[in-house]
Amino acid sequence: MPTPTDLGLPETPAFRHEVDAETELELYRSMERLRRFEKRAYDLFLQSLVKGTSHLSLGQEAIAAAFGASMRPDDWTFATYRGHAHTLARGVAMEPIMAELLGRSTGLMAGKGGSMHLTSVEHGVMGSYAIIGAHLTIANGAAWSAKLRGTDQVAVCFFGDGTTNIGAFHEALNLAATWKLPVVFVCENNQWMEYTPIGSVTAVPRPAADRAAAYGLEPVVVDGNDATAMYAAARDALRHARSGHGPVLIEALTYRHGGHSRADPAKYRPAEEVEPWLLRDPLVTYRAHLLRKGVEEGVLKGIDEDVLREVDDATEAARNAPEPDLTLIERDVWADGSSAWRN
Amino acid sequence: MTLMTYRDAVARGIAQELERDDRVVFLGEDVGAAGGVFKATGGLLERFGPLRVADTPISEQAILGAAMGAAMTGLRPIAEIMFSDFLAVCWDLVANEIAKTRYMTNGQISLPLVIRTGNGGGLRFGAQHSQSLENWAMAVPGLKVVAPSTPEDVVGLLAAAVRDPDPVMFFEHKGLYPTKGEVPDGEIVDTLGTAKVRRRGTDCTILALAAMVPRALKAADALAAAGVNATVVDVRSLVPLDTATILDAVARTGQLFTVEENPRLCGWGAEIVSVVVEEIWDDLDGPPIRITTPHVPLPSSDTLEDATIPSVTRIVDTVRKVME
Ligand SMILES: Cc1ncc(C[n+]2csc(CCOP(=O)(O)OP(=O)(O)O)c2C)c(N)n1
Repeated sequence: MPTPTDLGLPETPAFRHEVDAETELELYRSMERLRRFEKRAYDLFLQSLVKGTSHLSLGQEAIAAAFGASMRPDDWTFATYRGHAHTLARGVAMEPIMAELLGRSTGLMAGKGGSMHLTSVEHGVMGSYAIIGAHLTIANGAAWSAKLRGTDQVAVCFFGDGTTNIGAFHEALNLAATWKLPVVFVCENNQWMEYTPIGSVTAVPRPAADRAAAYGLEPVVVDGNDATAMYAAARDALRHARSGHGPVLIEALTYRHGGHSRADPAKYRPAEEVEPWLLRDPLVTYRAHLLRKGVEEGVLKGIDEDVLREVDDATEAARNAPEPDLTLIERDVWADGSSAWRN
Repeated sequence: MTLMTYRDAVARGIAQELERDDRVVFLGEDVGAAGGVFKATGGLLERFGPLRVADTPISEQAILGAAMGAAMTGLRPIAEIMFSDFLAVCWDLVANEIAKTRYMTNGQISLPLVIRTGNGGGLRFGAQHSQSLENWAMAVPGLKVVAPSTPEDVVGLLAAAVRDPDPVMFFEHKGLYPTKGEVPDGEIVDTLGTAKVRRRGTDCTILALAAMVPRALKAADALAAAGVNATVVDVRSLVPLDTATILDAVARTGQLFTVEENPRLCGWGAEIVSVVVEEIWDDLDGPPIRITTPHVPLPSSDTLEDATIPSVTRIVDTVRKVME
């Protein structure tokens, strides 16, 4: 089971990429939002207010934040069931997301989607997909449409390391490469599938990057806990795809702090693996980096307080929102708003 | 009017829509340069170019994913899955992604796309290239399901499917590709969710779909000679279902037969029979009878396959026995 150094990463993120001061604070604020939101979602789960399952990305915030900060408003995000962060990072308000987790009428999908299916077309969040791999092929379709319609939009598709072993991954990469589609595939290699380490079921050490060449792509490996490295990688990838050079595949090395889903205490992971990864917490290390660079503690504290208020307000509003109307059940199977299958 | 094959009607229908609307695109395996394995899409690449008529790798998931992503971002794709049996390879895209997106997103995303596929048996292709799979699609909320039986319907229903805001599964019958029929000239657009009465009779109603329609009509002619005068309804669209036309025909005649090429269990005929029994029980003179393929994968030999799929003789014999 690989520690960060086994994977060739330094003991802590290097933060050697130059990012302007405004963007640095934006990245910090974004990561703080993702972290606080998900911690709150977990608290609400423990109180049995958030039902069903949901998948947190604590520890992986730098990836979503970096793309959120570098994508254009008309670009598209395709996320997985682990998609709270990607949705928030595109600027979607917390309240409708929280209300969706609580199954309320004010939820992003009025309670019809749930945690695993967050969608906000208005923000370019074109869905979160709960069947492994399918959305890579769908992101291709959006990219194809951008190409045919002559816009320079880019589709960005996030997925996990486990996804690289499903057929759709391979079909999608081959089509994207042969059709030179403006799509960026981002593998968040958090080292684990559900309860199985990726290395034990994959013949190559870097599950995404090592396969890139097979599809004619350059392998790009990034420290996924280094917000500035992620930001630089995202910016480069978007520029490449946007200017018509075809797809990019990024493998971002990272680690999920908790279990696969919230029912999972993640006891299967050895301490020797977990501890060095926790030292690389993207938020803690980035905060230290900003302080070292001379950002005032008060500025960061101000951001923390703003975010906490945002989370509190979202929680309060979502908890007070009404349950969805039962008429929703039979609505919107079809574009006429109905579910009628006969006359 | 032009006399043309069902196969040529496919190309004509696709061309009509590519011509009309820049947002329409067409993709699939061997559909462009090769003109399709059933030669139903010849000439489209030459006419509309490789950007709008796209040859794909053998990647059914990638094909439907591309169609879906394109549909959600402003295009109106027509995707071909060569044989309907291959839908199994991309069933996730069909049933989990395409069918559910509108509902799960609470109406944020519409998917105006068409999945065309070669369906059905009778050509000795064996059990992995001959199935009639419209029932699979019919069972998934969010898919519209159409199966034309004539060249005219191919053009008109395909146009309606392309213009429809929802995902439509378009089941072309492989056995019908060489059959001919008159097609009106100029642009034609049909209406989804409408059945057609192909023959009017007073004694019983025979419901059929796709390749079973010409067989039902032949059977009706033979039955007429034997004194049984049947109405034949071409169902054409399983979702939405034209229950009004069906119930009207059954109520007038009092006796219903369904002719289904698919295996008996959970076939579409069962659904229609249940609607009929619930709604016009009092108008029925006897129990509705289903004529189907037995619950088997399709065998390949001439003798075996012919005896498996409902034949004209089997329809005639079944109807006569009940009507006597
Ligand atoms: C086709 C399919 N098979 C299995 C599952 C069950 N499943 C859900 S998440 C998961 C692990 C995915 O791991 P990975 O791709 O590394 O993503 P991560 O959860 O680490 O973000 C599995 C097996 C599924 N959702 N879809």
